[in-house]
This record gives sequence, C-alpha cells and structure tokens, in this order.
Amino acid sequence: MTTVSMTVNGKVVAAVVEDRTLLVDYIREHLRLTGTHVGCDTSQCGACVVHVDGKAVKSCTMLAAQADGAKVTTIEGVANGELHPMQKAFNDNHGLQCGFCTPGMIMSGIDMVNRYKAEGKTLDEAAIRAELEGNICRCTGYHNIVKSISQAAGEM
Amino acid sequence: MSEGIGAAVKRKEDKRFTTGAGRYTDDIRLENQAYAAFVRSPHAHAKVTGIDKSAAEAKDGVLAVLDGKQLTGDGIGNIICGWAITSKDGSPMNMGAWSALATDTVRYVGDAVVAVVAETAAQAREAAEAVVVDYEELPVAAHIEAAVADGAPQIHDNAPGNVIYDWEIGELDTTDTAIAGAAHVTEMDITNNRLSPNAMEPRAAITKYDAAEDHYTLYTTSQNPHVARLVLSAFYAVAPEHKLRVIAPDVGGGFGSKIYIYPEEIVCLWAAMKTKRSIKWTADRTEAFLTDAHGRDHVTTAKMGFDASGNIVGFKVSTKANFGAYMSLFSSAVPTYLYATLLSGTYNIPNIYCEVLAVYTNTVPVDAYRGAGRPEASYLVERMMETAAREMGKDPAELRRQNFIKEFPHQTPVIMNYDSGDFEGNLNQAMEAADWSGFEARKAESAARGKLRGIGMSCYIEACGIAPSAAVGSLGAGVGLWESAEVRVNPVGTIEILTGSHSHGQGHETTFAQVVADRFGVPLDSVQIVHGDTDKVQFGMGTYGSRSGPVGMSAIVKALDKVEAKVKKIGAHLLEEPEENIVIEEGTVKATGTNKALGWHEIGLAAYTAHNLPPDMEPGLKEGAFYDPLNFTFPMGCFICEVEVDPDTGKTEILKFVASDDFGVIINPMIVEGQVHGGIAQGVGQALLEEVVYDESGQQLSASYMDYTMPRADDVPSYDVLHHNTKCTTNPLGIKGCGEAGAIGSPPAVINAITNAIGNNDLSMPATPSKVWAALAASKIAAE
Repeated sequence: MTTVSMTVNGKVVAAVVEDRTLLVDYIREHLRLTGTHVGCDTSQCGACVVHVDGKAVKSCTMLAAQADGAKVTTIEGVANGELHPMQKAFNDNHGLQCGFCTPGMIMSGIDMVNRYKAEGKTLDEAAIRAELEGNICRCTGYHNIVKSISQAAGEM
Repeated sequence: MSEGIGAAVKRKEDKRFTTGAGRYTDDIRLENQAYAAFVRSPHAHAKVTGIDKSAAEAKDGVLAVLDGKQLTGDGIGNIICGWAITSKDGSPMNMGAWSALATDTVRYVGDAVVAVVAETAAQAREAAEAVVVDYEELPVAAHIEAAVADGAPQIHDNAPGNVIYDWEIGELDTTDTAIAGAAHVTEMDITNNRLSPNAMEPRAAITKYDAAEDHYTLYTTSQNPHVARLVLSAFYAVAPEHKLRVIAPDVGGGFGSKIYIYPEEIVCLWAAMKTKRSIKWTADRTEAFLTDAHGRDHVTTAKMGFDASGNIVGFKVSTKANFGAYMSLFSSAVPTYLYATLLSGTYNIPNIYCEVLAVYTNTVPVDAYRGAGRPEASYLVERMMETAAREMGKDPAELRRQNFIKEFPHQTPVIMNYDSGDFEGNLNQAMEAADWSGFEARKAESAARGKLRGIGMSCYIEACGIAPSAAVGSLGAGVGLWESAEVRVNPVGTIEILTGSHSHGQGHETTFAQVVADRFGVPLDSVQIVHGDTDKVQFGMGTYGSRSGPVGMSAIVKALDKVEAKVKKIGAHLLEEPEENIVIEEGTVKATGTNKALGWHEIGLAAYTAHNLPPDMEPGLKEGAFYDPLNFTFPMGCFICEVEVDPDTGKTEILKFVASDDFGVIINPMIVEGQVHGGIAQGVGQALLEEVVYDESGQQLSASYMDYTMPRADDVPSYDVLHHNTKCTTNPLGIKGCGEAGAIGSPPAVINAITNAIGNNDLSMPATPSKVWAALAASKIAAE
C-alpha cells in the first residue's frame, strides 16, 4: 500500500491506496470524480485525459503514486464559475454527442491550445487533427470537435 | 420561432457532459456493491469437460463463483432471437441454444463460462483467473467459407451444415429471364467487411436485488430499457416485469451494439439474487471486442442486367451472411428485411431476386450495427452501378439519373413502397457542391504531382422507422414497432415529456423539447424530456434504426394533439368563448377577435385546482399516445467523395466529401448535420480502416485499439453536408430520420472514388494502402 497526496482541482487530497492503483481509478473510485472516463485498456482512446502539473496526461497510463505531490486538474475543475472557453466552444459547435469522450477531448484541447500559444505557433485545422491523434470519438466524425477547439483557441 | 422546429438550438444536455457531470452506468455506485468478472473461453469451439472453482472460491473477497449449470438449474432461460425467418422450403430458422453461461460447449472466443463475484473489481478479476476450466477442443469454422464447406464442424446440432436459414425474396424466373436477355450484364463478387461498433463507453451493468420486495433493478448501457425488461422477464425468466426496473442512464454511444440483452446483464441480475448484493460489471475494451455484437460480414455474388439504352432490367443477388456463434436479438432481420428489401436502391428495377444463406461460425454473434443491412445493400447497389457505368462507357452520374425513380409512391419488387423523394435534386446539389465538372482539371493537377485523383458517388436510399407493427409482425417480428409518449403539463405550466425513445448521443433532450416549444410557444427551458427508466416511462421500444425522429417524435405529436384539445376546452370555458375561436400562441391561450387571453400557467393551474372546469371534464393535464407508423420512411441522398492516391504507397487521402441528404422535415439542423458527420466517419472507417479479423482457429486478431483501426481526426476530412428535402408523407411531422444515412451512403462513395483513381474495380474494404497498391499494380499489369 502507498500513501498518495496531491492537489486535485485545487483541493489537497490524500489516501492510502494499493501500489498498482492507476491515477484514473484513484480519481474515479477514491475521489468519485467520475467525469474522467475509461474507454480502452491500451492508452489509445484518451477519454481519461487529465492535466498533471499543467500537462495533458492519460490517467490510465500513470499510477496514482506517480502523481504524488502533483497538481491535478480534471474536467470537474476546468470551469471557474462559468464555463471554460473550451467547454463553451464544444456546446456552441455541437462538438459532442454521447459525451463520453468529451472530457478527454476538452482536456486535450485546452492543453494543445496552451502549448501552441506558449510556442507561438498557429493551431490550424491540420494541426488540431494531428494533435487529436490520442483522442478517439465515435459519434461526431471529429468535424465539430475541430471547429470547437479552433473557436476556443481564438478565445483562450 | 427561434426555438421551434427548424432552429439550430444548442443542446440542453451539453452542460453536464462538458463539465464531467454526466451519469453513465459505471459512474454509479450502489450501497453494498460487489463486482463481477467473467471467465471466458479462450477457444473458438470446445467441450467444457470440467470446472474447478476451488482455488477461486478460496481467494480473498470472493462471494460467489457461478457456472452455467447453476444458472440453467435456477430456471434462467436461453437467449433468443426475436425475429422469425422462414426458409425457401417453408422450414423455420434453426436457432441454436445460447445460455448466458455456457453449460457444455463453448462456441466462440469470449463465450462466458463462469461468473465470479467479489468485494472489489480487482479481487473478482484475480479470482476469475484462478478458475480452472478443462476444455476438449473441437474443429473450428471461423469464416463463412469454412462454415459452409463439406465436412465443416457442426456448431449447433439443430442447424445442419451450420445453416440458420436459406431465404429468398423476389421473382427468380423473371429476373433470370430479364438478365438473360440483357444487352449488358455486370457481375461482381462483393464482400462487406466485418466491423465492431465500438461505442466509446464500454458496456456495463449494475444490478440490485431487494429481498424484502423480491424486486430487481438493472442499470445498464441500453438503447431500449423497456425491451430489455420485456425480454429479461418473458424469455430469460430473471424476474417478472413488475418486479424488474431497468434504467439506462447516460449512455455513451450505441450504434446498435446496445440494443441487445447480453449474457452479462442476465448473469448479474441472477447473481444479485444469489448473493443478496448489488453487483457491478464493466467491460474493458478487449472484452467489448470479444462480446459486443459485430456488424456486416456479408459475401455476395450479384448480376445486374441493362438494356441497350442503359435501363436496368434485372438484379440478381446471392448473399451469405455470417451470424457468428449464436443468433443475437435482431440478427435474423438484418440480412433479410433490412437488406434485401433495399436492393432496388434509388432505381427503377423491374425484376429483383435475392437469396440469403445465414450461417453460424465460431465468432462473436453478429447483429445490427449502424445501418444494419442497408449499408450492405447500398454498397452492393452503388458499386454495381458505378462498375456498370464504367463497363458500358457511360457517365456514372447519367446512368444513375437515367434509372432514378421519378414518380412517387413507388412500389419496388422487394416489398418497399417509397413515399417521396427527388433523387435528381440531391444528385444535382451534390455534383454542384463537389464541382464535378471541374474534376478533370484537378485530376491533371494531381497527376502533375505524381498522384492519382479519383471521384466517386453513391446515391443511397434507406428505410427508417421500421413499421407498421402489423406488417413487421407478418414478416416475423416478435415485437410491435410503435413508440409511446406521455405529455405532463404541470400545475405551474412546465412540461415533462416521457418518451420510450432513448438518447445516447442523439440530442433528444433538445430536439424533442423543440417540438413542444414549437407547438405551444413555451420556452425550451420549461420542457424536460424524461427517458430511460421503466419505472418512470410507460412502455417504449427504444432507439435504433433512426426511429426516434419519425416514430418517437410522432408519438409526442399525437400526445400533444390531445393536450392541445383539452387546453382549448379549458380555455374556451374560462374565457367564455367558443372553442373553435381558441388559439395557442407564444405560450398564451387566446380567443381570436377578442383581447381575452390566459397565460399557459393559468391553464395548468385551472386543470389541477379543478375549481372551474367544463362539466364532466376530468382534472389534470396529462395525455399519452402510442404511435404506430403507416410505413417505413425513406431517407436518401447523394454522396460524392474525391480522393488522391499515392501510387508509391497506396495510401488514400480523402480531399473532399459532399453529402446531399433528403431527411424530410428537420427539427434541428445542427444536430442532424452532426449525425451525418458521425455516420460518414464510420462509413469512411469501414471503407479505409476497420475490419474485425479472425484467424483460422477463431482467435480475434483485432481485439484492441492497437489492432483495430478506429478513425482518428486526421483520417477523415471536413464534410460538406447539404440538404435537399422532400416531406415524408406518412408521419405527422414529415420526418424521415437521419441517424444512419452517413454510414450507409459513404462506403460505396469512397471505394468508387478509389477505384476510379486506380483504374481497377476489383478492390475490397477496408481499402488499406497495401490493398490499394496491389490493385493498382494489377491494373498496371493488365494494361501492359
């Protein structure tokens, strides 16, 4: 067993967990933040993307113990009183249907916009599509997800 | 009316999904919850000769280790297929027994043998690994050819030669005669590749048993919770209907795969009773590949005959359909009444004959996946048309135009009666948007860069809102295919709509509310859609086959009609005006020609206080309706795809994709376009990327996202989605349905474009770079 302590959505949390506990299971089962989803077993689908110390991470690919001491943001921690521009953009552009992949899409979208801004690069449609390589959606055909991220990139 | 029919209203349901507040089955945790894990067969075909549970039972946290003999011993029934098909010779279909836990034989890799219940999910998994099952392996038929070969292994005793049925439709003699006399005959062998639906939310179930009430609750990832309850009680004898509540909360996509009642739900309900614990089971992705019903998997030979001027004279089709190891719930209807009945396509074809051989194999059961039979029909018809045009040296658009059905209603030789459409209108719209006439210049530009450019089209038609109930009953359906709705106007005037449709991404909470807002002029936010709970909603048939628009919303309209009639009576009484002068506008009940009016809330209050109602009127304002359609609806359209193939690698890039659809009346264009986008991506996935692959021993080689190529964002283009609509004449809103069209029309458009680029019609899906490269090489050799 391992004691883990981290800041999740601005709140300090700690627990004793099995060594093998994945970060996603810690978030979902211990913290009961169920907006972060599990859609595959092989780190392909991206439904579990969260931010760890400001970087997008697939939380199914990281042990909770590896996030000890980290600052973690999940989809529940993105809105600050009002919806984050990325959340609003997904609503504005019909960037979601069943909603299952959406938290991961939003977390990846925020991360890619932040990275491109920091590097002074332009996030055009081709770049968004390439950056979404690690996030699978079965409903939208990606068309409106690309539009959503593009809108948010202009507003963030 | 900015929120009514035709408005691109943003979705009401999005807030919970974009903030992580969605409530999917696996997000729910019940009191006293334990976890189930399944021991599954690693063999495609084997006798179960022994099960040793002792090591598993001794593991920490284990509550129960349950097998098939216990399950059947407790009277749990076999899983059934609900649509009876009769063979050519009049014999009934051969349905093999399917126990939720195998008793003596396993028939596919993934077949459930033992269920383990433990305190934690990890303990259940560990204990499942400790169960020792002895198998005696049997010969395997993993593909259609192997299953129908002489001496093939017998998968079910009551299905000789692994044949489930040998069915036919249409006139053989007249079709043969027509083709024999044709000036040109196009012949093709067409395979429709096997797919896995891959809703992003894996299937899950949570079951609860209340011993004091002898009552069961099932939370499940279902597209149709009422049908689940009906089948679980009537056929599987898990619990009587009034003692079983089925809840399908937020469901993360379905595409057909969540229509069916699977072994895991049956076993978890039964195990909850055995253990007196709530039980959760959630599939992992590999389990989903190994157990979710697959789609497609047809092998077809077809001949299409044309007269000297290019008119189709006859179409003859012979199809073998892979059903997998067991008959899933609606499997039998897919290659028959959802496939062969669409073989007339958008064309005037005087003679059609189709025979379908349904066969068992040692693979996952196959059932309806987005489109269900109609993609297979559309792919066949549209590849035949394209190939025929090339063989006859005709323009593929003109050959289609010449053969289009132009007058409605149109009775095809294969049951369907098309009510409406303007096929040329969609063709023209798509060709203009695709700049069809400018293609040769673009092709030359590609050629200058050493690339091969191709353009292809498909003019699909499909059938939605499968109905009417009496008609489908006469064709073998075990259920009626109506829908129900209840409209509750509350005393304060807010409105709840209870619907038997189920939303798992389609946006019903918005579109259904728009229909209500349109009718009464009330704000969209005052309307709540209630669905997915058998304790809340009257019986319903659920969501599949693009039926929630044409059938589900029609039921709401019927209930709204009744509410409107009562509101007008109350209004007339309170305003002391004749009923025929009462109108409902912008949430106000008015008497025309006067300045008398009542607010919507005043009507609600009057109905529930009942202090001053017309004589003999019952209090309250709640009406229900069951709507049984008059006919299928027939969405159709023209899709055009333009590709560029790299001749060095065989890689295909889609440069442009245009869709012009006829969906009848559209409630929310934003949502409808989203449905088309998603459908096209699944169709492009089928055409270029996706295939479930089995080796000869029946092992699935594509059972993870490392192996099965899901379309990613950079595999698909942006889509140009257009509409040229004609109103459906057989339902009150004029809706045709839009959920499946994208997946139905797109595969032939993509393949026709690639075959155009490479100059070889002999190409199968998925058109991977290696296949395209080989087909290109073959066409070069043929040219030399």
